[in-house]
Amino acid sequence: MSTALQERPGAKTFARGIHPAENKELAEHQTIEVVPSPAEVLIPLLQHVGPPCTLAVKTRDEVSVGTKIAASEAFISAPIHATIDGIVGRPTVATLPNGRHVEAVPIKAGTQKNTPEEIKRDFLGGEWSTANLERFTSEQIVAAVREAGIVGQGGAGFPTSVKIALNPKKPVDTVLVNGCECEPYLTADHRLMLESPSSIITGALLTARASGADRVLIAIEDNKPDAVAAMEKAATGTPVKIVVLKTKYPMGGEKQTILSSTGRVVPTGGLPLDVGVVVVNVASASAIARAVLRNKPLTHRIVTVTGAGIRSPKNLLAPIGISYGELIEFCGGLTPDAKRIVAGGPMMGFTLGSLATPVTKGTSGITVMTSADLAKSEETACVRCGRCVDVCPLNLVPTKMALAARHHDWDLAKRYHILACMECGCCGYACPANIPLVQLIRMGKAKARE
Amino acid sequence: MSEEQQNQTEVAPAPSLEVAPGPHLHTTKLSTRRMMADVLIALVPLVVAALAVFRMGAVMQIVVCTAAALVAEYLFTAMRGKPFSLGDGSAAVTGLILALSLPGTAPWYVGAIGSFSAIGLGKVVFGGLGQNVFNPAMVGRAFVMIAFPAAVGASAYVDTSSVVEAVTRATPLTALKQEGLPTSLADLFIGSTNGSLGETSALACLIGGLYLCIRRTASWEIPAGVIAAVAVIAGLINLTDMQAHWTVAHHILGGALLFGAFFIATDPVSSPLTPKGKWIFGAGVGALVMLLRKLSGYPEGVMFAVLIMNALVPLINRWTIPVPVGGPVPEPKS
Repeated sequence: MSTALQERPGAKTFARGIHPAENKELAEHQTIEVVPSPAEVLIPLLQHVGPPCTLAVKTRDEVSVGTKIAASEAFISAPIHATIDGIVGRPTVATLPNGRHVEAVPIKAGTQKNTPEEIKRDFLGGEWSTANLERFTSEQIVAAVREAGIVGQGGAGFPTSVKIALNPKKPVDTVLVNGCECEPYLTADHRLMLESPSSIITGALLTARASGADRVLIAIEDNKPDAVAAMEKAATGTPVKIVVLKTKYPMGGEKQTILSSTGRVVPTGGLPLDVGVVVVNVASASAIARAVLRNKPLTHRIVTVTGAGIRSPKNLLAPIGISYGELIEFCGGLTPDAKRIVAGGPMMGFTLGSLATPVTKGTSGITVMTSADLAKSEETACVRCGRCVDVCPLNLVPTKMALAARHHDWDLAKRYHILACMECGCCGYACPANIPLVQLIRMGKAKARE
Repeated sequence: MSEEQQNQTEVAPAPSLEVAPGPHLHTTKLSTRRMMADVLIALVPLVVAALAVFRMGAVMQIVVCTAAALVAEYLFTAMRGKPFSLGDGSAAVTGLILALSLPGTAPWYVGAIGSFSAIGLGKVVFGGLGQNVFNPAMVGRAFVMIAFPAAVGASAYVDTSSVVEAVTRATPLTALKQEGLPTSLADLFIGSTNGSLGETSALACLIGGLYLCIRRTASWEIPAGVIAAVAVIAGLINLTDMQAHWTVAHHILGGALLFGAFFIATDPVSSPLTPKGKWIFGAGVGALVMLLRKLSGYPEGVMFAVLIMNALVPLINRWTIPVPVGGPVPEPKS
């Protein structure tokens, strides 16, 4: 990697973007709680980018937490494990929040071998020694991460083993651990940084070892000073550097995090790898440490259940495959004025059609918005005020792309670079005319690709 | 259903849930209505200055134009079978800006007809708010200027029999053009000179204009572009002709320049979308104003300058499509 790239410091922020109300106070002081094992989990066989896994167990097989139940031979894939102790049920179909129907397998709970306290200690607590990590080779780390079924936990779900593997064509000099958590409301990453900072540091160092990077950065927004302090403390004596970034949405977007902390611009349509960076979310880093040091697959994840429509917001350590409804129930249920149940945060999350939807490896939170949060406003004409242009972090012209999509003018949409859009939602947030810009652009992208 | 469950159902009615596309958060600080209200607020200093200088003429013109614009909006939307749009405030803005661009001496029917053409020809024929190519108020003004040259032309500004002192004198630009007379900068700045209602006080335009720019209802790039272009061109004229009576400051403070730069050229619908486009648009307006002031038969050129640049907006938008962060989308590999 050229030194010119290394020398440029990030400006700690990026141009444009928005500052929505964060509403993180609802859940940020809630210590991570373990959800009691549900009577049944429904585990989708596709929780990652890539081809779905095929079932490796049979109906009525007995499985325990961590038993591999599905896998794929494909390079870009991640195996799937049982998340509770119990009996495999008959395969069925689950509907994910984005509307996709995928094959899924239920597991009926038997007697649980571990208590919730043991699960939490195993997941977050104990020693995460950074000493002597040289004993692991890159191949060993990558193999362990692959076996553990780790995928990007920021939401995209790209298999982590593929991302962190040594790439002879595109050398990497920086591992960037993303702790920005810029989505309003969500606090899962924040709590993880407070409650298990050393697992993240160890995971970050292992990622650097796997990918051949010599620099490890952990990016955190300045609205989480306690997380910065906890991470600084845990990083003492290691080469890991904490980078404090300005609070701004969408700082946690991979390209914005890289730009703000290293000054490097990921090319449109490219990957962080193209600028010598590997980005992993803090939860993924922690999972990497767990996979390598403790040989534990990804069976649980931290989910924030929050919003004014939830009676008592919490951060939960939940088995993958538990239904959204059960998590909401565990948090006291919905308030009478609850209106939308959003999988993820309010900016990029999808509204749920069914409470039976299972939690997947990519579920970062459940945000329940009330009718008061969603003051109904009519769509009015675009007056070309340009607010969407002022906030677009990618320097696009959202109103033109949306208008082109509405008029089915796919060529015009392409001329305005519609395929560069990452659907962060800044334009939709800022539009004074309440035009469904993101929805129109999403449709336009799908059509423009054809 | 057990008794306990039944009780729960009675205590807490089940929430009614909906599915909708994101983002699920929206700014509450801004709406189209709020932007129009901002323009009306920003016009208050201009209205005050107009009333102070032109008295009853100003009252008449403002009332007639605003009322006619609202009536026109109501009638035309009713004709098109569209929901009434008076609530968004855009018709009131058009009417008030038109009034402030007319002389107080113009008869009432000129204002009324101007308002009807502004709303009808300027906006509704294009499909209503957000669809118009030209600034509606300037369309209305151009219409009456051509239809009633005697009532809106340069000579119509002067009424030697008027009890209002300012109106008995020629407008500063006419005085310059026909007699080569300069006007004191202080008069132009505070506003005691004859002219269209809104342009008399440069100070009032600056106060209102700055408010609009701070609220970001108007894009600062546009007035900056206008003023910069005028300053450069007027400066060059001064350099080549040391005898020129009007300095750079005269050209900026005099006539409708500041009113046009802050309130007319900044109409978002008929101006470009990107910062770069706004600079080009503003500079174009400024350059055309100077061209018309120096070379045309009219003393002032803000209206035509804005209308001409409005016509170029689609082209400017096309020229100034920003390059995405990270560069253009790569062509798919075939």
